[in-house]
Amino acid sequence: MPIKTVINAAGRSVPLEINGQPAIPFKGVGKHKPGGRKYSPPIPACSDYPDDGNKVVGSLEEALRKCGLSDGMTISTHHHLRDGDLISNKVFEIASSLGVKDLIWFPSASFPCNDPVIKYLDDGTINRIEGSMNGPLGRYVSEGKMKGTAVLRSHGGRVQAIQDGEVRIDIAVLAAPTADCFGNAKGTGGHSACGVIGYAKADYLYATRVIVVTDNLVDFPCFPMEIEGNYVDYVVVVDRIGIPEKIISGTTQVTKSPDRLLIAELTASFLVKSGILKDGATIQAGAGGTSLAIAVFVHQILKEKGWKSKFGFGGSTKYMVKMLEEGQMGFILDAQVFDLDSVKSIENNPNHVPYPVFNAYNYHSKGNLTSMMDIMILGATEVDLNFNGNVVTHSDGYLLHGIGGWQNCLHARNVILPIPLFRDRIPVIVDEVTTLCGPGELIDVIITERGIAVNPLRKDLIESVKGSGLPLKTIKELKDEAEKICGVPQKPKFEEDIVAAVKWVDGTVIDVVRKLKTM
Amino acid sequence: MFEKITRFELHYQSDGKMKKSIAIAGNSGLKVRSDCEIMLELKSGEGIIIDLTSKVKALYGESIKRLIAEILDFFSVKDAFIRINDSGALPFVIAARMESAIKQLINTDLEFLPEFLNENLYTTTKERFRFSRLYLPGNTPGLMINAGLHSADGIILDLEDSVAPEKKDEARILVRNALRQIDFHGAERMVRINQGDRGLEDLHFLIPHNVNLVLIPKCEGADYIKKAEEVINSINKKFNLKNQVFLMPIIESALGIENSWEIAHASESVVALAIGLEDYTADLGVTRTIEGNESFYARTRLIVAAKAAGIQPIDSVFSDVADMDALLQNVLISKSLGFEGMGCIHPRQIAVIKKGFTPDQAEIEKSKKIVQAFESAKIQGLGVVALGSKMIDPPVVARAQKIIDLAVRLNLISGDWINEITSVEK
Repeated sequence: MPIKTVINAAGRSVPLEINGQPAIPFKGVGKHKPGGRKYSPPIPACSDYPDDGNKVVGSLEEALRKCGLSDGMTISTHHHLRDGDLISNKVFEIASSLGVKDLIWFPSASFPCNDPVIKYLDDGTINRIEGSMNGPLGRYVSEGKMKGTAVLRSHGGRVQAIQDGEVRIDIAVLAAPTADCFGNAKGTGGHSACGVIGYAKADYLYATRVIVVTDNLVDFPCFPMEIEGNYVDYVVVVDRIGIPEKIISGTTQVTKSPDRLLIAELTASFLVKSGILKDGATIQAGAGGTSLAIAVFVHQILKEKGWKSKFGFGGSTKYMVKMLEEGQMGFILDAQVFDLDSVKSIENNPNHVPYPVFNAYNYHSKGNLTSMMDIMILGATEVDLNFNGNVVTHSDGYLLHGIGGWQNCLHARNVILPIPLFRDRIPVIVDEVTTLCGPGELIDVIITERGIAVNPLRKDLIESVKGSGLPLKTIKELKDEAEKICGVPQKPKFEEDIVAAVKWVDGTVIDVVRKLKTM
Repeated sequence: MFEKITRFELHYQSDGKMKKSIAIAGNSGLKVRSDCEIMLELKSGEGIIIDLTSKVKALYGESIKRLIAEILDFFSVKDAFIRINDSGALPFVIAARMESAIKQLINTDLEFLPEFLNENLYTTTKERFRFSRLYLPGNTPGLMINAGLHSADGIILDLEDSVAPEKKDEARILVRNALRQIDFHGAERMVRINQGDRGLEDLHFLIPHNVNLVLIPKCEGADYIKKAEEVINSINKKFNLKNQVFLMPIIESALGIENSWEIAHASESVVALAIGLEDYTADLGVTRTIEGNESFYARTRLIVAAKAAGIQPIDSVFSDVADMDALLQNVLISKSLGFEGMGCIHPRQIAVIKKGFTPDQAEIEKSKKIVQAFESAKIQGLGVVALGSKMIDPPVVARAQKIIDLAVRLNLISGDWINEITSVEK
């Protein structure tokens, strides 16, 4: 029986039911207010836990058995070990060997190292993934091979779903670079240090069962604890939770591409000429090569003008750390660190503060950090003539990226997307995004190597850069320029089947991804 | 790999004669972007079969196949197997690769020309600035597409040293198409041709497509300049073209340096002399150093020859693309010797070079005072110019005037600066 669909407030056709659960269509930015009470996990009792506080068990398999691993459960993991993660796949390897079926994997993100889970999707161990889908996993889902429907959420949307009870985690398996026998754990220390493990917060607070897996067991207390042992059921000690060089890149690098540097230079110039960058301005930029180049240019400007950014929000990189250390940034608030300099900084600098995503990005919360940011530098795979953005699919229709914090960050005062006008002949500006991830009303400026388009809704910004000498164009002009060079692309063809739902930050469905028609 | 082996076998049959029915043009590989490799095999009676592998197939697969079919039809190829390995090549690149493959197998004078962009119709002048000119390898389309965005005074599509010998023919066709299809955003459209007769043949692929300036490598005398000019004139006549094509000989040998004056005034079309220090030092059998003592004579000799002929002396490229401070130092030395420009091998060098050759604020202010003192002395009928207690000789005024002229041309100061100053003072 086909699932009933409706047109949501963004004009997209979305289902009223996903994986057998009711789904609320997107109502508009800030329109959906869920009411009700937050989800609460079962109440435990101390008498069920060892008096000496030692929760160490012999193996991950034993811990999973003790947690009652069974068919249909939701298993969560975090992505702080990035492409060096050795634990997530292990969970499903064990589940498969135990003959457990139809699990729901709920990671905070997946990486290429997680591609082996495809075989557990194939053998029925996993029914579906609710989390980011990259590379081969994305292809697998796009071609309609996953049994259940994927659900894509932003980092903030994920913790919102946990808090509101849309996703009920049965077992959270949380890898920790350092832990004690009681389950207190942190992201620093040991040979698998990742800096912070802030993405695990909602998981350990709301999961029915929590397993901490470490390769660096220290004497009680493990301090300062990011995961509190009172929420932990079992502790497992393994040889390795991750491959160090794949957890943290030794060093993050500014782009060397002349075109990307040009985009970064134009962005810095826009920030100054529009007056957005000023003394005290708060800023967030990612760890991509272009963002890093922007950070370097911004640092130079702050230095020259004698300005200081009040705070920056991480993922931190050595370039941000440099601003902090040289006095051009007051604080770094940090949900994840990207390189070794940042790990060192968060360990030693009191003004470099761990700040969980749960606090920074949760939309069903009493305020969050992103709307307090002045400057937000983001990317996109596509932007359309209405400034709508796509970050999960490519123009060829394949699901290839997670949302990350992207949707959450759209709430900043000035959202700026420095992106190339085309990538290998593929225009980035399109008539209509393949998949809608962020409404255009929240995206303010597109900066390409061939010109800058300001959202017509931002009359103030348009006014501020009048006569500035910046190469201002309309978004239509940019699109036409790309198509003149690249040619007009044909559109990918989709089947009716929905392979993934894209949630907005408030848990409503903003769009869906359909199965690709393979030629 | 398979195709390459096949090609080798088909090239050289058992009787040792070339007999080709398979051609390959273009580039593919992990690091290759915005290019394609096309294998063409002529068949009989099987029609056209296209095997396309492309990272943009979902978006451009049909248009690529249509373009290939159109080109084959243009060259009257009716039966062929074509295998394309595409990494996002733009249509003009695909067309160049296809034409190159066809011309390896079929003798034809036909040219499949992509549309000429109106934006590229501009001409340049003899005296325009040539501070920075960006070298781009002539067979690497990925680097060409956005080259015009980096504000270089000139963009050089290079057919000489940066193109492998076996790729020379296909580079010509690619450069021809690039001249027609890439918007250079006002940069002077330059091509460095090959040495000798091949260089003269190159001109046929350039002159009809509004190249503004041709660089002549390893130039050692006026003869070659005259020959090149004859070829250019005959092409211009054939196509009824009016645009002036300038020449910039590059002097890269001891003999070239000895003949620099002869080269500098060989023709009205010669607008600049460039020096190539890698080859020059090799010719001398010495090592090229950062200080450059070994080439000091050559550089100054070339500068004098150029200035005597009223053209621009242009310095060699600086090869450490990561060290912008050293580049700036190098530019400042270059400028102090009398050079008026320098080659770039990376777009990030452009701004540094421009900054180096641009007069700074202090220089401009000092020159203004000198020129102003000269002008007021003239009005007052004084024979002697003084600034404060210091006497100023005519050459000092002339030098100051040159800096002022440069600043005006660079829009650093208004052309009417002297009256503006006086009116403020009034």
